[in-house]
Amino acid sequence: MKIPYYPGCTLHERALDFDKASRECANVLGVELEELPVWTCCGAVFPLTTDSVMEILAAVRNLAYASRMGDKVVTLCSFCYNVLKRTNKVMREDGERREKVNLFLRADTETRDKIESFLKEDYVGQVDVLHYIEMLRDVVGFDKMAKHVKTRLEGLRVAPYYGCMLLRPHGEMKFDEHPEQPTIFEDFLTALGCDVVDFPMKTECCGGFQIVRDEETAIACSQTVVASAVKRDADLIITTCPLCLYNLDRKQKEMEKRVSGFRKIPVIYFTQLLGIALGIDDEHLDFSDNYVDPRPALAEKNLV
Amino acid sequence: MRLRLSGEVIKDDLVKRVEDLSGQNIAMCYQCGRCSAGCPVADEMDILPNEAIRLLQLGQIEEVLDSKTIWICASCLQCSSRCPRGVEFSSICDALRAIVLRRRITTPSVDAGDVSRVMRTDAPQMGVVGALRKLNG
Repeated sequence: MKIPYYPGCTLHERALDFDKASRECANVLGVELEELPVWTCCGAVFPLTTDSVMEILAAVRNLAYASRMGDKVVTLCSFCYNVLKRTNKVMREDGERREKVNLFLRADTETRDKIESFLKEDYVGQVDVLHYIEMLRDVVGFDKMAKHVKTRLEGLRVAPYYGCMLLRPHGEMKFDEHPEQPTIFEDFLTALGCDVVDFPMKTECCGGFQIVRDEETAIACSQTVVASAVKRDADLIITTCPLCLYNLDRKQKEMEKRVSGFRKIPVIYFTQLLGIALGIDDEHLDFSDNYVDPRPALAEKNLV
Repeated sequence: MRLRLSGEVIKDDLVKRVEDLSGQNIAMCYQCGRCSAGCPVADEMDILPNEAIRLLQLGQIEEVLDSKTIWICASCLQCSSRCPRGVEFSSICDALRAIVLRRRITTPSVDAGDVSRVMRTDAPQMGVVGALRKLNG
């Protein structure tokens, strides 16, 4: 089965490890992620002002490219997921902005050349935006995924970190039933045989993009999240977001300097953990960019 | 701080503009403070989210436009997820930033140095783009 896939800038550059593991896991599960032949940055942040047109144009182009390939588009990065999904809602429901955006699309000759065959009709929100984890649950099925597991991750204590962008605003994202007590990653981890660690900061903000403008503020946020998982005795944290991983993992270097007796904890992408359970080869499991190496924690449970 | 209030001051046109841009009804807020309690970056703010909304209700928009608060918001939307009155403070922040950016070239909180500092980090692309997006209104 082929599903259109939008990687986004970060998975194309700094988070190649995430992209690699996710594609390989999908292969094992019988899904081919078919990358959009043409795509651009989605804009990273959904504009909250109601008159924004330019700010959503890039996201709409990507959705329009996807609509040529199928009725769904899958993405992994939490920011891309948030922007594409919210933009899609604007295109479905906000007639004024839909008309303006389509005027731009029609006027854009370069785009018209690339996507000529479908530009005859406007983009009105034809595709559904799915996160990879939703694809695992709804297209593959967690029970079917569990049947492909070669090594059950028994005894591994994993803390699922959701962050903000998958969940909020709850009414629009509808990622999980409960805004502050989501369970989709818990169900995913249970299917892999892990011990799920519930921790109070699982839906708190990691500091997000403030890390590049106001590092101190962002590190204070990410440290709260890390400390909360450590306190609940987790062996590792999983995330879906390259920026969360950067703030939670790479910035542990700074946390060590600031907090005496700081205890490190590895943070990896959820598809890397899935890859370990599915037994994908090392070539697709790259931990060389992680500041805290997850391998010792995994070796302790005989998983690597 | 001493405020001199009148019907005219409270019915500030620019506050109406914030409501239009953000799609929020500022009068809905009844000052329970859950936005400020849940905000992960409130410690760094000079005006708390609920205080900022109160100032807007009283027509004191210039004070909010000059605050650090609107630039510190990381748009995590925790405030709106907990608001019992359906007010999205993050959207109000976006609208306030848009007003600042659309009417002035620089502000004390935003300068060209910010851009070069952002570009020098090894952060993921999404972080760099996200941070720079704060500077376009």
